[in-house]
Amino acid sequence: MDIKLIDAEPTEEEREAVDLCLGPPRSAWDGGSRGSERDAHIAYGNREVGGLRHLLLPALEAVQARVGWISEGGLGYVCERLNVPPADAWGVATFYALLSTTPRPRRVLHVCDDIACRARGARELVSGIEESVGPAITHGPDGDHVVVDHDVVAWMHSPCLGLCDMAPAALLIEAGTSPAEHSIGTLTAHHARRLCDGGSTGVDAAATPPIPQLGAPGLSLLRRVGVVDPTSLAAYREAEGYDAMGRALELGAEGVIHEVAAAKLVGRGGALFPTARKWEAVRTQTSTPHYLVCNADESEPGTFKDRLLLTHDPFAVVEAMTIAAFAAGCDRGFVYLRGEYPLAHERMADAVAQARRAGLLGANILGSDFAFDIEIRRGAGAYICGEETALFESIEGKRGEPRNKPPFPAERGLFGKPTAANNVETLVNVLPILLQGGATYATTGTAQSTGTRLFCVSGAVRNPGVYEVACGTTLRALFELSGGVPDGLQAVLLGGAAGTFIRADEIDIPLSHEDTRLANTTLGSGVVMAFDDTTDMHDILLRIAGFFRDESCGQCVPCRVGTVRQEEALHRIASGKTRGGLSSELALLDEIGAGMKDGSICGLGQTAYAAVESAAKRLRLFDMRIAK
Amino acid sequence: MTTAAPIVQLSRRARAPKAMVELNVDGQSVSVPDGTTILGACAALGIEIPTLCYLETLRPVNVCRLCVVEVEGARVLVPSCSRTVEAGMKVKTRSDRVRHTRKMVLELLASSVDLTTTPGANELLTEYDCDPARFGPPAPASAAGVRETRLPGHHTPPNPDFAATIAQPATLDNDLYVRDYGKCVLCYKCVEACGPDHQNTFAIAVAGRGFDAHISTELAVPLPDSACVYCGNCIAVCPTGALMAKSEFDLRARGAWNEACQTITDTICPYCGVGCTLTLHVQDGDIVKATSPLDNAITLGNLCIKGRFGWRYVQQRAGEGGPGADGRG
Repeated sequence: MDIKLIDAEPTEEEREAVDLCLGPPRSAWDGGSRGSERDAHIAYGNREVGGLRHLLLPALEAVQARVGWISEGGLGYVCERLNVPPADAWGVATFYALLSTTPRPRRVLHVCDDIACRARGARELVSGIEESVGPAITHGPDGDHVVVDHDVVAWMHSPCLGLCDMAPAALLIEAGTSPAEHSIGTLTAHHARRLCDGGSTGVDAAATPPIPQLGAPGLSLLRRVGVVDPTSLAAYREAEGYDAMGRALELGAEGVIHEVAAAKLVGRGGALFPTARKWEAVRTQTSTPHYLVCNADESEPGTFKDRLLLTHDPFAVVEAMTIAAFAAGCDRGFVYLRGEYPLAHERMADAVAQARRAGLLGANILGSDFAFDIEIRRGAGAYICGEETALFESIEGKRGEPRNKPPFPAERGLFGKPTAANNVETLVNVLPILLQGGATYATTGTAQSTGTRLFCVSGAVRNPGVYEVACGTTLRALFELSGGVPDGLQAVLLGGAAGTFIRADEIDIPLSHEDTRLANTTLGSGVVMAFDDTTDMHDILLRIAGFFRDESCGQCVPCRVGTVRQEEALHRIASGKTRGGLSSELALLDEIGAGMKDGSICGLGQTAYAAVESAAKRLRLFDMRIAK
Repeated sequence: MTTAAPIVQLSRRARAPKAMVELNVDGQSVSVPDGTTILGACAALGIEIPTLCYLETLRPVNVCRLCVVEVEGARVLVPSCSRTVEAGMKVKTRSDRVRHTRKMVLELLASSVDLTTTPGANELLTEYDCDPARFGPPAPASAAGVRETRLPGHHTPPNPDFAATIAQPATLDNDLYVRDYGKCVLCYKCVEACGPDHQNTFAIAVAGRGFDAHISTELAVPLPDSACVYCGNCIAVCPTGALMAKSEFDLRARGAWNEACQTITDTICPYCGVGCTLTLHVQDGDIVKATSPLDNAITLGNLCIKGRFGWRYVQQRAGEGGPGADGRG
């Protein structure tokens, strides 16, 4: 491909960052210096370089991490190295929220302004920060860019950071030669001010999360969390680590799938697809290679269970991925980790390296002839990339735009090849399944929802955190575990922003897939967010609508424009400027919602009205306004 | 907007005859070759399906969702332009759900995008009883270049007095064609035509995110600074007139564009040995636009800068300048 490149030169910093990520260029043909006599005779490029597109996002992330933004020259150099057309790379760079194509300060504090944090005072915190630090970076009122001084410290609003157990939370990102990223829990305006003044960050909050069930008997998925050193492979192996892998090798691929089928394991990311059927579908595909993708792009507002597994039991994720790859016949695995989880990245990268050194990844795993390796890719701030096909696009170096299905990933997934994509929690379930046997595993939970599930309990509860309970446990019992049913409970959001609200009088619902379906709600990704009567539910609803408007990829019309019209209607209601009265606005919302649900390409648009609808019809949130 | 285009098989590879697949559309049985899309099966039955982002010479991207139909057993509606038929499939193209979603798509577009030069838009808006005004009065246009600078994942809270639009001034940065992105429905056709489907120039891509997504060159540079080679193949596939030859744009601006009195003549491009079919659109004795037929096996509707724009010498009149007139030959 003969492409026109950008004329601007990269800065030394940018060049270094890209070369550290991609390795030095070999010649003038791929961005190196001109003059070598060899270059006159050898041409690199075309097909060979064409295969490097998938490194676009890592290269852009490297520049961002080093400089704090991506300049014209930086973008140009990445394009030159990877032979990607500049317009294409520009489309990718402007898609992800954690990448900036305009100057941004080196140190930026991303303050979570999402629903779980709002239930714990984020609104007040944000106004406090506005007072003590100044306004957040965003575009101007007309959507025009506001010029920001590269050398001053600044803060930005952020969607849910997955730190809801430590709300209100923030993420500090500092670009430089040794870029720093820190999760910060229970943020105060005073602390924010100190951080923006260059104060030290201290220990990453994700390293010391609340683990409310620490050491409780009967834990399965969480039994090592907080108990076994997550940075030591030896400690992991002492705690039954790699016993399941040994068992898998005895059983063979079909044997593993048989056990997982007997366990009736279904996906924990929200879609409830039978895991055994997915692996079998990939295993039997004749097209090669097969890929395994671990979806660790946990971004559903209110979800933080995978974060806990990734930071506190990373070897379990590595082992579970190895077993899944063995079952589905995959020789390469990717962990797509959300960009806002720096500690998870550090721990997972360390776990993969240790496993590789110990011969637990690579060729001849545990002395067998099975070979498998894992690569970690980081997201760059896009909720939509949690959708599996958008995630594939992102790994391939493109904008995170979901694909239409069929074809399904088992047939044509990552790089067009058969792909098994599983959520972190789903994968980790395979360990107890193999250790206990699928049939025994299935005795926990209900007939249709087997095993345990991790619930992310947040909002107005005494002890927020990740709780592991058997499927079918009632919501009331879960609240008792977390310190009691909250006083003045107004509503509970099940399943996250894409889920539904239920009323305080509905908390005797058993948390199983069949019971929630029957009750016309969902477990989704395990979000249980409680709102007491101190929270303005209208404000929460406006935030949910704003969230979907922000996170829609923009590809299909129903979602791209529908999420905007939904937010506008809610703002008209909130400001009392309804068009034709409240009931006509509610009817309009219903129509927009039906169009998004039926017409959108992916789950984002299809569920963008779910929470709003449940607030209107289940909580009857607008009834009082009708009476007025 | 086009309705049920005839399906031309454009694959250049010879294939073994395909097995026939039988399905049911709106109660009628039809047999079509395996691999046919639902849209193709509908065309075989003479059932009209509205489309916007579909074009038979481009890979379907199924983003406009205007062509959705209901397939029995499917949880949500499916795009007929890309979904291939399966044996025993039961398809409804006129159900209430289908009509509602199409109506919403049309209203959402008409309330946010200028569809005045989209062929067939008014007919469809009437057919589906659309009332785009019910979302509120359209917001005033943003200043040039403002939409390109919006940050992904951020937006300013909506103004309850208006319905957001993408209205903005047209971009006139070269002599050959105009990019009037206030009319863009983001169908991806121009990106496909400029990129891997036809031209392989990759001068434009979709940039930004969500409602702020837009077609852009790298860093939103003017077209002359981009990789654009002015083949105009993006104009040829644009369904809304957002991309338009300057000759047409200027005539329209003067109110002088009159399609009814134009003659259309096919000829062969005089420039090189490829021999592309050139369709000349002539109004009042002047060539006002050059295109090539989509179903032409050589061009698939594509041309190069010379074929698309290099015909002005034909109507050079004395005293108007042009080659030779300034003595430079």
